Amino acid sequence: MAVKSDAEITFSQELLDHMETWREKPGNLIMILHKVQEEFGFIPREAAKKVAKIMNVPLAKIYGVITFYHYFKLNKPGKYNIQVCMGTACYLKGGEDILNELESVLGIGVNQVTTDGQFSIEAVRCVGACGLAPVLIVGEDVFGKLTKDRLPEILAKYQEK
Amino acid sequence: MAAFTNFILVCGGTACESSKSDKIYKNLMHECESQGVRDKVQVVKTGCFGFCEQGPIVKVLPEESFYVQVTPEDAKEIVSEHLVKGREVTRLLYDKAESKKRAQIDEMDFYQKQVRVVLRNCGVINPEDINEYLGRDGYVALEKALFEMKPDDIIEELKTAGLRGRGGAGFPTWMKWNFTKKVEDDQKYIVCNADEGDPGAYMDRSTLEGDPHSILEAMTIAGYTVGANFGYIYIRAEYPLAINRLKIAMNQAREYGLLGDNILDTGFNFDIEIRLGAGAFVCGEETALLRSIEGERGMPTPRPPFPATKGVFGQPTVINNVETWANIPIILMKGGEWFSKIGTEDSKGTKVFALTGKIRNSGLVEVPMGTTLREIVFDIGGGIPNGKEFKAVQTGGPSGGVITKDYLDTPIDYVHLQELGSIMGSGGMIVMDEDDCMVDVSKFYLGFTVDESCGKCAPCRVGGRTLYNILERITEGEGEMEDLDRIKSIAQATQKASLCGLGQTAPNPIISTITYFEDEYKAHIKDKRCPAGHCKKLITYHILPDKCIGCGLCARRCPTNAISGEIRQLHTIDQELCIKCGECYNVCKFDAVYVR
Repeated sequence: MAVKSDAEITFSQELLDHMETWREKPGNLIMILHKVQEEFGFIPREAAKKVAKIMNVPLAKIYGVITFYHYFKLNKPGKYNIQVCMGTACYLKGGEDILNELESVLGIGVNQVTTDGQFSIEAVRCVGACGLAPVLIVGEDVFGKLTKDRLPEILAKYQEK
Repeated sequence: MAAFTNFILVCGGTACESSKSDKIYKNLMHECESQGVRDKVQVVKTGCFGFCEQGPIVKVLPEESFYVQVTPEDAKEIVSEHLVKGREVTRLLYDKAESKKRAQIDEMDFYQKQVRVVLRNCGVINPEDINEYLGRDGYVALEKALFEMKPDDIIEELKTAGLRGRGGAGFPTWMKWNFTKKVEDDQKYIVCNADEGDPGAYMDRSTLEGDPHSILEAMTIAGYTVGANFGYIYIRAEYPLAINRLKIAMNQAREYGLLGDNILDTGFNFDIEIRLGAGAFVCGEETALLRSIEGERGMPTPRPPFPATKGVFGQPTVINNVETWANIPIILMKGGEWFSKIGTEDSKGTKVFALTGKIRNSGLVEVPMGTTLREIVFDIGGGIPNGKEFKAVQTGGPSGGVITKDYLDTPIDYVHLQELGSIMGSGGMIVMDEDDCMVDVSKFYLGFTVDESCGKCAPCRVGGRTLYNILERITEGEGEMEDLDRIKSIAQATQKASLCGLGQTAPNPIISTITYFEDEYKAHIKDKRCPAGHCKKLITYHILPDKCIGCGLCARRCPTNAISGEIRQLHTIDQELCIKCGECYNVCKFDAVYVR
């Protein structure tokens, strides 16, 4: 994560190579933005500008795409981004209560980051683990059949790291 | 292979994987090694078994022992008891309630009524090894197509089969292919719609994770049939496991000469590229999906022109969803005639449903078309847990509707579902019980479509929002009787005037719930009461004097100190302070708290 101040931002060689592989393919923008987000965890404005320059696409078009799709983030998420599933099965089994409790425990709302930068909350679309509803995901760890009582224990796991 | 006497199949579907099935797999490998049975036992990580409720699942062959809720620590015992000593680990077997009989897979109610066509390889083969797919007659259909059939024969076979699209609308697959085939053009495309956005549906993900080659094979067959040499798989970025397995499968298929240039030395070229979605439900709509493949905002365009003649990059395109594709190889292999014998008069074959919600056996089920809802919910799904009453099943997600108790014996197929005001959709089947408020559920679905509306056309953008606002008022006790008529007329306008399927079907959940549960809407509006006890603004919590023993647990747990009372005396709730979080209701061990 070599984010420099303002105008200049460094892309890894891997990202630059990825852009080259996709350069000639039609409809490549979304695939490139995925890789940018993979590298930075979100799409910084400087990165969008740099993509615009390298790929020769208007910045407005890039923002048109980023803002259309939920998956692309404009702001930096917390070190641990907590995704609470808002699919139907999770909703019926109390997903909303989990979300509310999480918001009150962390003192932040959806799409916000705690002041120490440790956690952020995201309400996500069905993750397809409906058999485990309600579900919450931290990084690659999935916590299923959740109850509100388990939240402090889950958060503590990441707080120490 | 012949040397192996036992096989251990470990479910590697997303739900089981997230419950540490990877660790179970590694532990089993390790134990087989250290207990000296490594050369007799093969451990395989497969795709989803479908029985997600009881995951992670481990199956041991040839005994067919079905172990459920296995933990990584159980690996040692499974190996030492079952594989070394030949004794099943009884405590891990799936026991149906009290009966202690062996839980063999074909004896289980969950599997008894299922017919596995689409999921034929899921939970059976290792999806990361092409040889296992080949061992199950994989790519035989492609070989047959290339060497024994003309493109028209293939279309004819699909016509005989009567296969209809499994993505929602149910359009006959042979017709789609035929339209594209008939267009004269040098560049045509094949697209797989794997943008499974319907909340509560995950059959496509499981198919891709468990049997990726079947999709590649089917797309290649379509390429040969319509004269296309390139295909796209458009898949949700939220499905990393499926994406990874597809990539592995594509590389292996290329190595074996089953994908890429000069397939099976026939001179036919066909290759596939993966394109990632980025979390927009509307991209499940085919014209929006095509825009997204082109790297644009995923906004739908009016049809005609249909993708069959003017699709991705303006070229003729065949676009089908994952489940539809998964049917193709087996149809060519066993014949359209065979396929057409499964199912009903105008809905052939099977359908995979993701059975979720208030149901005992949540999971993926595949049944012949025409199976009744009662069989799915009660025989396969095991009914409603916690002694609650069945209320309704929702099918078709945000585009569908509810089916009530009175219609449980309706055969499930395209026609009957539509008659009941719902749709097949992609196959989400969400079971609701007496605690679920129908007004709130409609609000949930509408909130989803409002959020996902691309905003291009006004009927969907404005109509959806207006309907949502009305529902919000009703659930907050601010509704008026005229709202019901308002809802109906706005819903009708939205259905008729919206550009794409998303807007046209967005009002379905409300119309359907008003049709079957009008009393529930009226209770919210007139009596300011939520019969299901769900809408927070319309309920109050109370304590029953004859049941409260004054243990004080509720008072200690109440976040706003709204409950007071001496120890061993009746407690009471101060309605002014109560925020209706339901904590007292949940913690009371004596059922003394009730909702009104």
